[in-house]
Amino acid sequence: MSEQKPGWRELPRGAVPYKSTEEYETGDWGVEYPEIDRSRCTKCMLCHFYCPEGAIKVREDGYTEVDLRYCKGCGICAEECPVKCIKMVLKT
Amino acid sequence: MMKMEKQILMGLNGDEAVAYAVKQVNPDVVAAYPITPQTIIVERFSEYVADGLVDTEFVAVESEHSALSSCVGAAAAGARAFTATAANGLALMWEITYIAASLRLPIVMAVANRALSGPINIHNDHSDSMGARDSGWIQIYCENSQEVYDACIEAWRIGEHPDVQLPVMVCLDGFTLSHTMENVLTLPDETVREFIGERRFITVKGHTGEAELRLNPEAPLTMGPLDLQDFYFEHKLQQVEAMKHALRVIPEVDAEYAEVSGRRYGVLHPYRMEDAEVALIGLGSTMGTVRHVVDTLRSEGVKAGLLKMRVFRPFPAEELIEAVGDVPVIGVLDKAASFGAPGGPLYEEVKTTFYDEADRPLIADYIYGLGGRDASPQLIRDIFRRLEEIRARGEVAEKVSFVGVRE
Repeated sequence: MSEQKPGWRELPRGAVPYKSTEEYETGDWGVEYPEIDRSRCTKCMLCHFYCPEGAIKVREDGYTEVDLRYCKGCGICAEECPVKCIKMVLKT
Repeated sequence: MMKMEKQILMGLNGDEAVAYAVKQVNPDVVAAYPITPQTIIVERFSEYVADGLVDTEFVAVESEHSALSSCVGAAAAGARAFTATAANGLALMWEITYIAASLRLPIVMAVANRALSGPINIHNDHSDSMGARDSGWIQIYCENSQEVYDACIEAWRIGEHPDVQLPVMVCLDGFTLSHTMENVLTLPDETVREFIGERRFITVKGHTGEAELRLNPEAPLTMGPLDLQDFYFEHKLQQVEAMKHALRVIPEVDAEYAEVSGRRYGVLHPYRMEDAEVALIGLGSTMGTVRHVVDTLRSEGVKAGLLKMRVFRPFPAEELIEAVGDVPVIGVLDKAASFGAPGGPLYEEVKTTFYDEADRPLIADYIYGLGGRDASPQLIRDIFRRLEEIRARGEVAEKVSFVGVRE
């Protein structure tokens, strides 16, 4: 984060953020990331609903996909998956 | 420019004056919890709501913390929001007072000043609002019910000014003002509504572009998220700047209000200061007693003066220096103690103001009236006598004195 941040005269008043959280990629926080085994996935979408970051999207074909730019690696998806097709993998 | 309106003289105590002014303002939301000596404000206002005299959404909350939190939510959504409290109620609001100010929400709150517990005491001193002096709120201290009524109208224009955008605390002494009926000149409803107009919003650059500083699904903004080391300091500087603007805006609004009401107060009010040799500086209803004593002393040949501070936040330092002028001896009346501090809160600020002046008066602090201990004309006379002794001696022997307390 070496960008030049605005000074107090420039910043919007009311302390409102001038940037969207979309630009704040929290994906590098995690130690592990989820890997989905789609051969066993039942498309139940529970991982999509349980993800606290909204980082798991549902694709056109009904399978879910993790957006690793935002996934913090909490592992809730793997814990909640009823068929245990999500595995947390250590980042190397 | 509006013309001076015909006014109606009403018998109102301080709390009723607050409620009546707020009724005329007709805010969108009032969220309040009753506490002595502010209770009458909430009672009267809820009667106005029940009688259909206002369009206000009245939120009967379960605590003062919720009262101010509701006002924060309402004001963030773009509503005009009002609340009122005292002493321990203000203490319970504590964390939210700072949030209201830093989110730049122009909420108006009446504080019926009361001593903070413990031991429990329902009577007047300034320990409650003085504790909140660093929360980022504008603070106006009133001498009588007329000032209370006028401040509760001016407050909206001051707080909502685009260069200010800060919450405003209107302080009235518990019981001395809150429960004492006085003659109050009131403006017609339409005049008040025309004077305050619609709430104004500033434009900010949010994450989806330019937007008014209010919560609106069509132009979304995020308010009050994590700020940490890299932004918090800058946001505090913006609050510092807003207070500087308030010092300019308060007299502007006051001048405009004088055009419709004929009453003008300024940030501070000097009385017989021009040739004074000894003068008292203070806040609130005691200033009426001091004025009476000044007149008596003047008739006895003592050159006494009074400087009433109406606005404590922002602190009008330049105006103070000018108003004191060549007066050689100043006594500060503090109705709050700061335990372990060099003196009372007003004294410290007055002294700080004069430190850099080559030509500065001798200054002594008189802490009085804690827990509602009577501030009689005799007590004020005694203080003036001490100031005269300081003048004769040419030095302040006792910097801070507690007056009216049993030894």
